[in-house]
Amino acid sequence: MTTPTTTTTAERRAAAADGGVPFGRLLRTELRKLTDTRASRWLLIAIVAATPVVVTVMLFVAAPKDLTYNNFVDYTQTPQKILLPALAILAMTSEWSQRTGLVTFTLVPDRRRVLLAKFTAVLALGLVAIAVAFAAAGIGNALGAGLRHGNGSWAFGPAGFGEITLVQVIGLVEGMAFGMALLITASAIIAYYVLPSIWSALFTLTASLKTIAAWFDLNKASGALYDQDITGKGWLQLLVAVTIWIAVPLAFGVWRVGRTEVKSS
Amino acid sequence: MAVLSPPAIEVAGLSKSYGTHIAVDDVSFAVRPGSVTGFLGPNGAGKSTTLRMLVGLTRPSDGRSTVLGVPYPRLPNPGRRVGVLLDASAQHTGRTGREVLTLGAMLMGLPATRVDEMVELVGLTPAEARRRTGTYSLGMRQRLGIAHALLGRPRVLILDEPANGLDPAGIHWMRGLLREFADAGGAVLLSSHLLREIEVIADELVVIGRGRLVAQGSKHDLLAAAGTFVRADGGDLAAALHAAGIEFRPAAGGGYTSPANAETIARAAAHAGVALTELRPVDGGGLEALFLHLTADDAREDVTA
Repeated sequence: MTTPTTTTTAERRAAAADGGVPFGRLLRTELRKLTDTRASRWLLIAIVAATPVVVTVMLFVAAPKDLTYNNFVDYTQTPQKILLPALAILAMTSEWSQRTGLVTFTLVPDRRRVLLAKFTAVLALGLVAIAVAFAAAGIGNALGAGLRHGNGSWAFGPAGFGEITLVQVIGLVEGMAFGMALLITASAIIAYYVLPSIWSALFTLTASLKTIAAWFDLNKASGALYDQDITGKGWLQLLVAVTIWIAVPLAFGVWRVGRTEVKSS
Repeated sequence: MAVLSPPAIEVAGLSKSYGTHIAVDDVSFAVRPGSVTGFLGPNGAGKSTTLRMLVGLTRPSDGRSTVLGVPYPRLPNPGRRVGVLLDASAQHTGRTGREVLTLGAMLMGLPATRVDEMVELVGLTPAEARRRTGTYSLGMRQRLGIAHALLGRPRVLILDEPANGLDPAGIHWMRGLLREFADAGGAVLLSSHLLREIEVIADELVVIGRGRLVAQGSKHDLLAAAGTFVRADGGDLAAALHAAGIEFRPAAGGGYTSPANAETIARAAAHAGVALTELRPVDGGGLEALFLHLTADDAREDVTA
């Protein structure tokens, strides 16, 4: 049993010195990939810019009595609720629609690590955008009170931050789950934005469907979070709806990305 | 055999089927350090599928492969060991060439200066590198792809149709680049469906047709196997060959080609007193003849099987 010496020793030494791609480096790369194309840059600009635009419009249009922190938050997070999931979907599908997966998955063959890095990157960027919205709402409320003698109420409560953030995070994760499960940008976008509406409409067809809608309809189930009056039953409904709309496509998506052949055409 | 270094790439019994369609059927070969191996086959022969299996993008139905002694997906930071270019056009069209390289350098843990070195090495101008890849010609994409593959100073290169879209000067440049890489101890596996490219670039050949291995060996040996060209300006060469029981047929432009080796033909001619004016391996279209012959054979086999 003679083993080839020099090469293997050198190889082992090289492998020890370079034990693989650390997660931090993978995460930094994935974060950069979210911001380094024209399309993604414009989407991010839209997400971030929408907030001050909404605040400005509210300052001019809303009745002074409605200029409260709660209302500013309510309006500023609406465009984000629509746009953030698009960022999440694109983060997942672009590897396939732009075929960059061919490079990504040869540099990091463990696809689950890539998914985890994307997941973390999208959440991090999303949380920054959400924080910007909260801050912009605060500035809006202060300006409203100062410039237009607005109501200026800061009544919101710490639970409010948590619940609004949770709504946004649900949207982000749902977007990523749809992206992973479908892998095609157009299909994932359509499924994400159209399917829930059809589903909601379905649950208004009969009275009995209406009564159970909150268990199966994520929009309805998360609606209670917006209104900040979620109950124990509401949390349970949210859990069920999240399982249907997020956990199932997410599990399928992770499985699919792990197995799918990465091809150039 | 003891003097041979261990293979940089080893493929053993690799197969892939999609339903009843067999894309790759029991393919085995090895690529040694210091050599440029051409992976040749007509379109749809299973070259790309084999290369994708080799780097872990496609699950094989059967068989196994290793790169630098381990299955590719188990290589730590594979970009620092193996340079891979599977499709030069598979780049985000909205990213600049520089950005593509920067992302790769970041992920592999390389200094940013490596990006400029690679841009220069592959002959892209700084201005071109700042353009989005959507505006690139195929030749520029290939150069970018080669730059990306070489970023991490790998010891093995796996390139799928890298010469596709390059002009003759570009192919010449690539030959020099890969030759230098191999001479420094690197191993190169590159595929092509174009014989001319591979004839120019590779020194070892692996030929597949319809998913099956049809020939492998050194380019020199495979060319020799394609036959001998013989010509005599005086005397009845045909009669001499016929008398010796040597199989032959007339070549375009005079002379004959024969599957027999040069020595056999020379002896027959000497025996008949015919002076030869030319006796050499079939050249020029040699590899082409081999290629057509091999793939046609394979196709026939498929029909009768």
